[in-house]
Amino acid sequence: MAKKVLVVADIRNGKLRNVTQEMLSGAAKISAGGEIAVALLGHQVEGLAQGLGDLGADTVYVVDAPELEKYTPSAYRKAFLEVHRDFQPDAILLAHSAVGKDLAPMVAMRLGAGQVSDIVDLEVDGDTVTFTRPIYAGKAFTKVRVKEGTLVATVRPNNLPPAQAGQGKAGTVKRLAVSFEPQDLTTMVKEIVRKTSGGVDLTEAKIIVSGGRGVKSAEGFKPLYELAEVLGAAVGASRGACDAGYCDYSMQIGQTGKVVTPDLYIACGISGAIQHLAGMSNSKVIVAINKDPEAPIFQVADYGIVGDLFEVVPMLTEEFKKVLNQ
Amino acid sequence: MNILVCLKQTFDTEERIVVENGKVKEDGVKFVINPYDEYAVEEAIRLKEQFGGEVTVVSVGPSRAEEALRTALAMGADEAILADDPALFGDEYTVAKVLAAIARQKNYDIIIAGNQAVDDGSGQVAVRLAEELGIPHISTLTKLVVEGNQVTGHRDAEGDEEIVTATLPVLVTAQQGLNDPRYPSLIGIRKASKKPLAHVTLADLGLSEEDIRPRTEIVDTFLPKPKEAGRILQGELQDQVKELVQALIQVEKVVG
Repeated sequence: MAKKVLVVADIRNGKLRNVTQEMLSGAAKISAGGEIAVALLGHQVEGLAQGLGDLGADTVYVVDAPELEKYTPSAYRKAFLEVHRDFQPDAILLAHSAVGKDLAPMVAMRLGAGQVSDIVDLEVDGDTVTFTRPIYAGKAFTKVRVKEGTLVATVRPNNLPPAQAGQGKAGTVKRLAVSFEPQDLTTMVKEIVRKTSGGVDLTEAKIIVSGGRGVKSAEGFKPLYELAEVLGAAVGASRGACDAGYCDYSMQIGQTGKVVTPDLYIACGISGAIQHLAGMSNSKVIVAINKDPEAPIFQVADYGIVGDLFEVVPMLTEEFKKVLNQ
Repeated sequence: MNILVCLKQTFDTEERIVVENGKVKEDGVKFVINPYDEYAVEEAIRLKEQFGGEVTVVSVGPSRAEEALRTALAMGADEAILADDPALFGDEYTVAKVLAAIARQKNYDIIIAGNQAVDDGSGQVAVRLAEELGIPHISTLTKLVVEGNQVTGHRDAEGDEEIVTATLPVLVTAQQGLNDPRYPSLIGIRKASKKPLAHVTLADLGLSEEDIRPRTEIVDTFLPKPKEAGRILQGELQDQVKELVQALIQVEKVVG
């Protein structure tokens, strides 16, 4: 049966993140020919509506207000509920991102709905939608269904295929006006301190260069950043490196920390503790650079170089520079 | 200041996962307080040390979770509640409903939980609880400051740090880096065995099965395909580097 599916676009720094396009492909599967709407919640976001019809959106809801410039749970909930009231979706997809992770459970509870978090795949069989999601940070997986009511899911970036252009849907913009009362603004963002290096976010990065205890110091990350710059990659770290104070915890990859599935993961001086492997072993291609040939990281690596990262990483940077500039 | 901490007992993160008959095997597994919840316990105790009041730790889960609650009591929490009636188990919707019923039994100024559990990692329960109670929440905190009834939280938003304010009562969730949890002292451990730990049932909470009916069901649990061991490159280092770069660009097509 055809379903109405609402996709809450994931916007970061005024741009649509790739996961929005991935959610649209998921939405097309779930909708089975039903209507698809995208919600753009934010401030000065209407420009992002362009092209969404081509990617499969019948309708693009725009809730634009200064109160939505920065994410706050209560203001975004209100904006979301306005869209929900108008569209009455059977299924709602959000990104498993800073905003989606926070907004989804809030609106799911408000709707009395079940939610499946952090999905990496979905199958549709008649009326039944079955989601696949990791547990224990990817050491195992479960298949989960929503038994009744509205279906809410958050989608992990980099896993569903992106929706292809040329869907030829109208993408009709529908603006909804929302006025905010004090009770809709129960939290306030005073300040945002940008820490993300070069704007490449770990959870959505296609390439990650990651360092472990082997980097030995905060300065030891320098060659990793240089390699990352050449590759347009994000820089991550193991728990060992974070615990040792070489880097910020926001860079940590593992069962505690972020779970990532980039196309390419380059592990430098990381031995491969089980809890780290859980966070990265579902990456498409893994490269390990480590002095110790017995390091467990080599068991999950597609390519391994046994050697000192301070020697190997700069050589890699130079080689990539040379080849990519040809 | 009355503080409620929601915690879950989880596998130690160094455990491997074994699946048997579509379920994760628990035999011989080392259990710990979910690491994110451990930050929550520590933060609650610090707030109590600063402002006075009581710290209550609560868990919805099987009887083995008593050990995790005792650990939290040994760290310095004052009392514990364990909802170990199997009629109270279900999905995230269920657990949030149960926790809300418990939270309503006392006036808590602040509720602290981990931002997610390291086992199912769905990160829903705490936010659902705040929504059910109709109180604001600030999630993934790396720093928390309480002054009067004003709360300021430093929030990890995908690497960026957001400084967010709210007024009590509020629910906050802990991110790694919030604090460095203490180990229970010997005296703490001795005291913990005498601190109150209440077991609550569906009837105790005045709930019906209908009130907390799960919305989702797990239909299968399985292990990922084992990864085939790759290649350790050989030869001169310079040649290995060249070979790797060629392979990543031309064979794997993940660069360029």
